[in-house]
Amino acid sequence: MTRGCSDHCTWQRGRTPRPTMRSTLLIVAAVLGWALALAGNAATPAVDRGNNEISIAITQEPQWLTTIRATDTVSFTVLDHITEGLLTRDVNNRLVGGVAERWELSDEKATFWLRRDARWSDGEPVTAHDFVFAWRQVANPENAAEYGFLMRMLPNGEAILAGDMPPEALGVEAIDDHTLVVHLVSPTAYFLDLVSFITFRPVREDFYRAQGGRYAADAENMISNGPFILTEWVHDASMRMEKNPYYWNRDAIPLDAINVPYITRDPNARFNLYLDDKIALADQLQLSAMKMALQQHQKLRSFSDGTVFYLGFNHREGRPTGNRNLRRAIQSVYDVSELTYKVIGVPGNLPAYTLFPAWLTGDEGQSLNVQYPPHKPELSIERGRRYLELAKQELGVEEVPPLSLLLDDTANASSQAEYFQNVMARTLGLEVRLDKQIFKQRLAKMSAGDFDIVAAGWGPDYNDPMTFADLFVSWNLNNRGRYSNPEYDALIREAQQTTDQRRRNAIFSRIQDIIYEQVVVVPQYERGYIYALDKRVAGVRRYHIGGDPNYNYAYIVESPRAPESAD
Amino acid sequence: MGSYIARRLLSGVITIWFIATATFFGMHAVPGDPLLNDKAVTPEIRANLERAYGLDKPVPQQYLIFLGNMLQGDFGISFTQQNRRVNDIIAEHFPVSATLGVLALLFAAGGGIVFGALTALFRGRLPDYLIMLLVIVAVSVPSFVFAGLGQLAILQLNRLVGFSLLPVAGWGSLSHMLVPSLVLGLGTMAYLTRLMRSSMLEVAETDYIRTARAKGLTPQRIFFRHQLRNAILPVVTVLGPAIAAITTGGFVVELVFAIPGLGRYFVQAVQQLDYTVIMGTTVFYGAFLVLMVIAVDIAYGFIDPRIQVNKSLS
Amino acid sequence: MSSYTPTAADFQPLDAAREGDRIDRPSLSYWQDVWRRLQSNRRALASLYIVVGLLLFTLAGPLVWRVDPALQDLEQVSQPPSLGRTALVVADSAPTTSLTHTAISSAAASRDSAPNKLRLLGTPHSEGVSLAWDPLPGVEAYQLYRHEYPPRDADDLGLPLVKLMPHEVSYRDLLRLETRQYYYSVVGVYDGEEARAYTTLPVQVAQAILFSEAQYRGLLGSDATPESVVGSSIRLESHPLGTDYLGRDMLARLMWGARTSLFIGICAPLIFVSMGLAYGGLAGYSGGRLDDVMMRFADFVIALPFLLFMILFKIAFGLGPGESGIGPMLLALVLLSWPATARLVRGQVLQIREEAYIAAARMMGASAPYLVLRHILPNVMGVLLVSLTFAIPTAIFTEAFLSFIGMGVVPPTPSWGSMCNDGIRTMLSHPHELLFPALFISSTVLAFNLLGDGLRDAMDARMRSGT
Repeated sequence: MTRGCSDHCTWQRGRTPRPTMRSTLLIVAAVLGWALALAGNAATPAVDRGNNEISIAITQEPQWLTTIRATDTVSFTVLDHITEGLLTRDVNNRLVGGVAERWELSDEKATFWLRRDARWSDGEPVTAHDFVFAWRQVANPENAAEYGFLMRMLPNGEAILAGDMPPEALGVEAIDDHTLVVHLVSPTAYFLDLVSFITFRPVREDFYRAQGGRYAADAENMISNGPFILTEWVHDASMRMEKNPYYWNRDAIPLDAINVPYITRDPNARFNLYLDDKIALADQLQLSAMKMALQQHQKLRSFSDGTVFYLGFNHREGRPTGNRNLRRAIQSVYDVSELTYKVIGVPGNLPAYTLFPAWLTGDEGQSLNVQYPPHKPELSIERGRRYLELAKQELGVEEVPPLSLLLDDTANASSQAEYFQNVMARTLGLEVRLDKQIFKQRLAKMSAGDFDIVAAGWGPDYNDPMTFADLFVSWNLNNRGRYSNPEYDALIREAQQTTDQRRRNAIFSRIQDIIYEQVVVVPQYERGYIYALDKRVAGVRRYHIGGDPNYNYAYIVESPRAPESAD
Repeated sequence: MGSYIARRLLSGVITIWFIATATFFGMHAVPGDPLLNDKAVTPEIRANLERAYGLDKPVPQQYLIFLGNMLQGDFGISFTQQNRRVNDIIAEHFPVSATLGVLALLFAAGGGIVFGALTALFRGRLPDYLIMLLVIVAVSVPSFVFAGLGQLAILQLNRLVGFSLLPVAGWGSLSHMLVPSLVLGLGTMAYLTRLMRSSMLEVAETDYIRTARAKGLTPQRIFFRHQLRNAILPVVTVLGPAIAAITTGGFVVELVFAIPGLGRYFVQAVQQLDYTVIMGTTVFYGAFLVLMVIAVDIAYGFIDPRIQVNKSLS
Repeated sequence: MSSYTPTAADFQPLDAAREGDRIDRPSLSYWQDVWRRLQSNRRALASLYIVVGLLLFTLAGPLVWRVDPALQDLEQVSQPPSLGRTALVVADSAPTTSLTHTAISSAAASRDSAPNKLRLLGTPHSEGVSLAWDPLPGVEAYQLYRHEYPPRDADDLGLPLVKLMPHEVSYRDLLRLETRQYYYSVVGVYDGEEARAYTTLPVQVAQAILFSEAQYRGLLGSDATPESVVGSSIRLESHPLGTDYLGRDMLARLMWGARTSLFIGICAPLIFVSMGLAYGGLAGYSGGRLDDVMMRFADFVIALPFLLFMILFKIAFGLGPGESGIGPMLLALVLLSWPATARLVRGQVLQIREEAYIAAARMMGASAPYLVLRHILPNVMGVLLVSLTFAIPTAIFTEAFLSFIGMGVVPPTPSWGSMCNDGIRTMLSHPHELLFPALFISSTVLAFNLLGDGLRDAMDARMRSGT
């Protein structure tokens, strides 16, 4: 007993427990030191008047910060600040000269004369060769650029993409350092608009090659010819863009720097950051954030992001949705106004009755939708049921089999699909089965034609109705429902061959009619957002196409109007 | 001891191989296609993409290549972010998750021990009930609810004091880490508090405490030198599993607080079916957990000589 | 004296039962004892009642509360709990009195003036608010706003509803109208800039329901015609726990969601605990090489990062259309969770195998099945039951977590976790959508935790001899 106790007591104050305590303390100290070491990055305010810079948040890490391969909006947004094309857009969103000083467009070719003072961020001049190199890279199948299809407008583009010709064969040539000639396969009415697009921006060959495959992998592997330079890039965490001292039009760029201290997909987190004065713009406000914003008397703005959402049908042989009367039955009972106003419930979204969004222009600057008003289907359950009966007879079935509705795994897509499911069950007695898939699995099913109906959206690539209209030609790979109509194909061919805008708009109007009559798709809504912009910031531009929002011409207001009580 | 460690490490290596194999074949069984995107590409471009990622080879060959690269510590290039190696992604994002996890663990362990000791000290009185009530809440409310509430609480606090006392989201300074790590550590803290309480009460019944009391030691001395120290031991033994739970459980907190950790990255990679990132992250986490468990087991031997690692763990 | 004559009976052995050894009380089996001890633990007993209550809520609830959980009531979206509100029946086709103004005067634009006579057309109700105003000369467009509080200045006009052409001087607002006071404002737009002058009109919106909708939902008599009922008030369905983002009854959805959550929460642990029992029991009982191999494999599975693999499994199963995803989630949970129980059981079996009573039984010629069924299994049962009750909260949390990151069950199948996920988006404006499902998750988890505590205490052999 005595021995036992002494043993025990020895253990009690013996050697082991003490080091434990001490090592615990050591670990605590080490961790705190580590944490403090990371503490360098002090939070920047939304608007830093002293340093003439602002802070913003982006929704995700840019996937590819190279103009050759970029496809996502976030990359486009960043690239729109650090690169500039032949043409660009001014403060008022008008197409103006960028790297090109003047230009000429004919049916066969386009010639661009480059300004002499356009420079890269290391002081080297931007030359016509930089464009030739960049465009060849886009067409080069080794780069597997998704926007490579745009190069089919140039001679040999198609063959290069197929690997049958070397990229050097692309129909674009640098006459000298400052003259660029682009040959066109067919007259392209919107080509000037197109060259302002990200994919047509310059890349400098010597710099590109010097990075040894790491071009645009990090901030130090990039070079800029736009208003800003990417100076810091901590992946998935933060970025910083500083004004480019070599940019030719630097005097028109008011801000000295743009900070991107936050990358988060969560719109509520972004709104909280905005309320906490950490970012200058809070985008995509959700219903609950909107309520909170109203409560706090925030100024709210709306914006339509250019994307049209629709229900696409599978037109393949053997699918019930291949039947026109079934599609018409669905069209007759589906109230997209109720969907937009009651289910989505965010102002800025507009019920859509056509594939062409309201911001596309027709003749003489008029809206295309005003010039050629879309058909609004007259909703009638009786008519829908009549069409359904016809469809059953044509399909030779007693009951239409359950239809699968393919959708994304986002919360908004779910609630819209649940609404659609309910409407179909209630009005037509149709069973709709939801097939909710993550992004890549949805795409795989779409490509394989493994769906009846798909909830899809389409955003524009250039400012012309064609970017929407050619979606359902039989040869378009994005026509995932395999809709095929010779009249439709012929119309698109004609529109592609002519530069007569009136004729083209008339064609698009006919396309609009076909989509309605044949119910190729059922348009649902034009997506819009509510956003809040800091009162001290002005000049932020919102775009339907490419990178949005754009801060190139944003500036800090001298003294905000109507100084308010603390909020 | 040396041979024991060697044996453990060997079995650890086999385990990691098992994880890698399970992930690889699991990944290839997943329907869907990582190379698809919103805009459809031509078959030629598609073939180029497949070649670039080695997806054109038969699966067994891909598996061998994957294993070979893994042995060299190379997980390949991300599918969604050109030019970014998976190794770089892990090297950039894991320290963030680890910092968050370690801080959370400190909160959990510190809080658990202090609160557990307090409940035992005030057994059956108000502080005991109060703390146990909080423990019950912490155990039974899902972490995403806490995360959302935590962010709102910061916002309200900042509005109350009139300036940004704590950042609402983001990463960078110690103040960014405070609330997220508290939220992350809360569940474990509650668990450790319960454990500590029962351990304290158990120790209080032991002979040596009675002896100490009989010897006339002051209550403070008994409490700190005898009861507390011995009661901590069982708490230490569960820290290993707790580390695992916390480091891999950070998804929600990272998502809500916009923290660029590996957990958030993993969730995004899954959405994008980014094969290489998914496999790299899973194998890395698996290896990390295996090593942590081995390390903790070995550490017990040093902390408590009564535990003979060689015997207690078959 | 009479002599004693011994009889044969005297030489018979006495009855073996001795008075002192007799047990007065009825004998208590192990489980009866556990039950007795559990009953004396008030907390555990209360949690047992909660568990029974939850099961009743799930299984019998839908029989009592006969509301279709899928019925979408778009008149009452995201409503807080109420016992039925009254609504005005309105005609289906709203009077489309849209005013247009053709003669735009070319008078000089006076940017300081706000549109005059902002007024209502017809009754404002939740099916639409029609507004009109007098045209302003020289405007490029009108911008219409809607606020929930009185505007303070031109920068605080609320939600930008719509931008209208100069000839459009009326608008019918349909955007998620709640029964409350709104403040509509209209301003003129000149050269892309909004004027600072604005006109505001406060509007009280009444709850309404379309005639056809009321008829469809059976709120009207069978002989009701639009002429007879339009303009009258009827009572809408009651929603004791409010409605969700599509106007579905929360109570009904919670009951259906409970089926998902409790099914996964209870079935998965039941299955993997049984699997673990069989696996660990076999390994422990047979011992030797088989034990080694089996346990090494279990160690591999244990080493898989749990949540990462739950997510991987979820996408690997590739759900088809209409599938809820409950099955795959259950399977994934089982596949990843059994080794913990297997380890526990094996340890117990190894220990029990060496006990003296096993050796005794074996010497008395007990067969292997007898040993397992009679001695080993009952002794493992206690530990197993405790680990089962603790596994249930973990499974429920896992389901909720997966649903939260969008990897859970597929809509329209509800689960508490997915309801929380939906609710968290509207946490600020409609807290009840998060509160109720979170409350159900919490109370279930709590009940099972306390029950587990109670069971463990009740089964603990060391404590049995004491109090």
